[in-house]
Amino acid sequence: MLVVTTTRPLDLLDVDALHSEEELAIRAVVRRVVDDHVRPNVADWYERGQVPVRDLAKEFASVGLLGMHLTGYGCAGAGAVAYGLACLELEAGDSGVRSLVSVQGSLAMFAIWKYGSDDHKDRWLPGMAAGDLIGCFGLTEPDHGSDPGSMKTRARRDGDDWVLDGTKMWITNAPLADVAVIWARTEAGVNGFVVPMGTPGVTAREVKHKLSLRASCTGEIVLDGVRLPADALLPDAKGLKAPLSCLTEARYGIVWGALGAARDSLHTALDYAGAREQFGRPIAGFQLTQAKFADAAVELQKGYLLALHLGRRADAGVLKPEQVSVGKLNNVREALAIARQCRTILGANGISAEYPVMRHAANLETVLTYEGTSEIHQLVIGQKLTGLAAFG
Amino acid sequence: MKIVVLVKQVPDSGADRNLRSDDNTVDRASASNVINEMDEYAIEEALRLQEAHGGEVVILTVGPDRATESIRKALSMGPDSAVHVVDDALHGSCAVATSKVLAAAIAQQGADLVICGAESTDGRVQVLPHMIAERLGIAALTGARKLTVDGTSLTIERQTDEGYEVVTASTPALVSVWDTINDPRYPSFKGIMAAKKKPLQTLSLGDLGIAAGEVGFDGATSTVVEHSKRPPRQAGNKIDAGDDGGSKLVEYLASEKFV
Repeated sequence: MLVVTTTRPLDLLDVDALHSEEELAIRAVVRRVVDDHVRPNVADWYERGQVPVRDLAKEFASVGLLGMHLTGYGCAGAGAVAYGLACLELEAGDSGVRSLVSVQGSLAMFAIWKYGSDDHKDRWLPGMAAGDLIGCFGLTEPDHGSDPGSMKTRARRDGDDWVLDGTKMWITNAPLADVAVIWARTEAGVNGFVVPMGTPGVTAREVKHKLSLRASCTGEIVLDGVRLPADALLPDAKGLKAPLSCLTEARYGIVWGALGAARDSLHTALDYAGAREQFGRPIAGFQLTQAKFADAAVELQKGYLLALHLGRRADAGVLKPEQVSVGKLNNVREALAIARQCRTILGANGISAEYPVMRHAANLETVLTYEGTSEIHQLVIGQKLTGLAAFG
Repeated sequence: MKIVVLVKQVPDSGADRNLRSDDNTVDRASASNVINEMDEYAIEEALRLQEAHGGEVVILTVGPDRATESIRKALSMGPDSAVHVVDDALHGSCAVATSKVLAAAIAQQGADLVICGAESTDGRVQVLPHMIAERLGIAALTGARKLTVDGTSLTIERQTDEGYEVVTASTPALVSVWDTINDPRYPSFKGIMAAKKKPLQTLSLGDLGIAAGEVGFDGATSTVVEHSKRPPRQAGNKIDAGDDGGSKLVEYLASEKFV
């Protein structure tokens, strides 16, 4: 029985020395929570395509994971680097489990925290931080993904009320959420609305038959003449840049999270290659295998240093959206390459659910696309470099 | 109620542990050090009592400078403050001398209740709780798997090989706990961030009125003279699956009292 040392590949550069004691303590707690509550069960959740979101949310909330980088309203007020480390550890368990925390904290809670009224914050944030209330974030539509500015969902005034019509697609946690932050076109442009999921006219349907991110609950939200009071509007969210700022928050978490899936794949492959013998010796001793390990470890470390740089910029309050694009583009792309390469080291066993590698690789196909596709991030970076927008 | 929880920093029992070649004491400098596992249950029990009855929870540690890492971790679970007895003269102390230091520090704190783990994973002495209680002249409710507090009266279920015994006493008292007593909480992020701001008092032997000669190697009632590594595990007995293989297997299991 091999003893798994879960930091090995990152020990290569002693990156732990770059962290504060507090950051490492927070990481240690998340690692324990994932070891105790995610790892033993996640392969089964994935197989069944069902995940106990509410139970996990309560467990995660007990240590302060939900909205951990926000302040007040029961949130922990941790730094961006600590939040990143938490995302890394969560995604070392599963990208879908990390998505749960990202959507709750960085999308739903952040939108209310940043753009909501005091009443919105008082009503929703403490319960969301405690894991009693689940939030979701409706921006993407069936026909409007990378181009959210062309969204079809409309909010029109009717007296003092707002009436919403439209459809939102690929919404994490929508089928079980208590509240949604819905983005809709108004006469003034794009606005955000806090929509209790029990409001008449709101229906949510689960997206079935996914081949990726199966340990995550994904849904479609249909808004059919949904009547909301005037104060449902997020008062401080004006224009598309508001939801995009939420995406920047979530993307930042992904920059770190993807590294977790890659690290776990690499750990698994290292253990496997140390124990698996072919031609009379462990396959870890073959040059081709070592070349794969070396390349994977180098990319993992480069990605880590990139994530840490972005995290320090975020903690200093100077992180720019295009910098997050650099991180998301690189780290998810490289994490996916690492997971695929590690799968080859496990050979036929690599496709078995007994090992997490294929699950990570399949999950990362989603992560590559959501929160801005790789192509969109290339265009964001391209626009910054050339001054010319190739889209919009 | 003022509860003092004894916390010891020990080498991680899941990693490589060694004794020092120069003086046969536990090698703490090169080890990966953690909170003694059983002490986490003691902290949890104290915090639950505090949540139910109010009062104050103080961590008490005797150990070298780097034990502050474990003290901060203990504080991140929720206790109010900590006392760290650190003194170069303590190096080489036996359990009897350590109990003298702990008892003096507890007396100084004026604790109503002392809670500690039933044993440490490095020393495994298990009599330290009794020694401390004896020195303080208070009741020792040891080996608890359950603790109930009603005002000043305490009741424990003392875990035994066969079952449990019910033992009662009044405060002030000492309770030592096993890992069956509760399920320790994770430190919360708020707890981690608050821990570094919590009061941590450092005391020397002089602050406790103990002379250097009473502890350490000079004051030790027992000293490790020599040590060697545990020999590598021998190959086991192999029972062939012949006609009488099943009988031989059962005979072996019976001889080892497995069946």
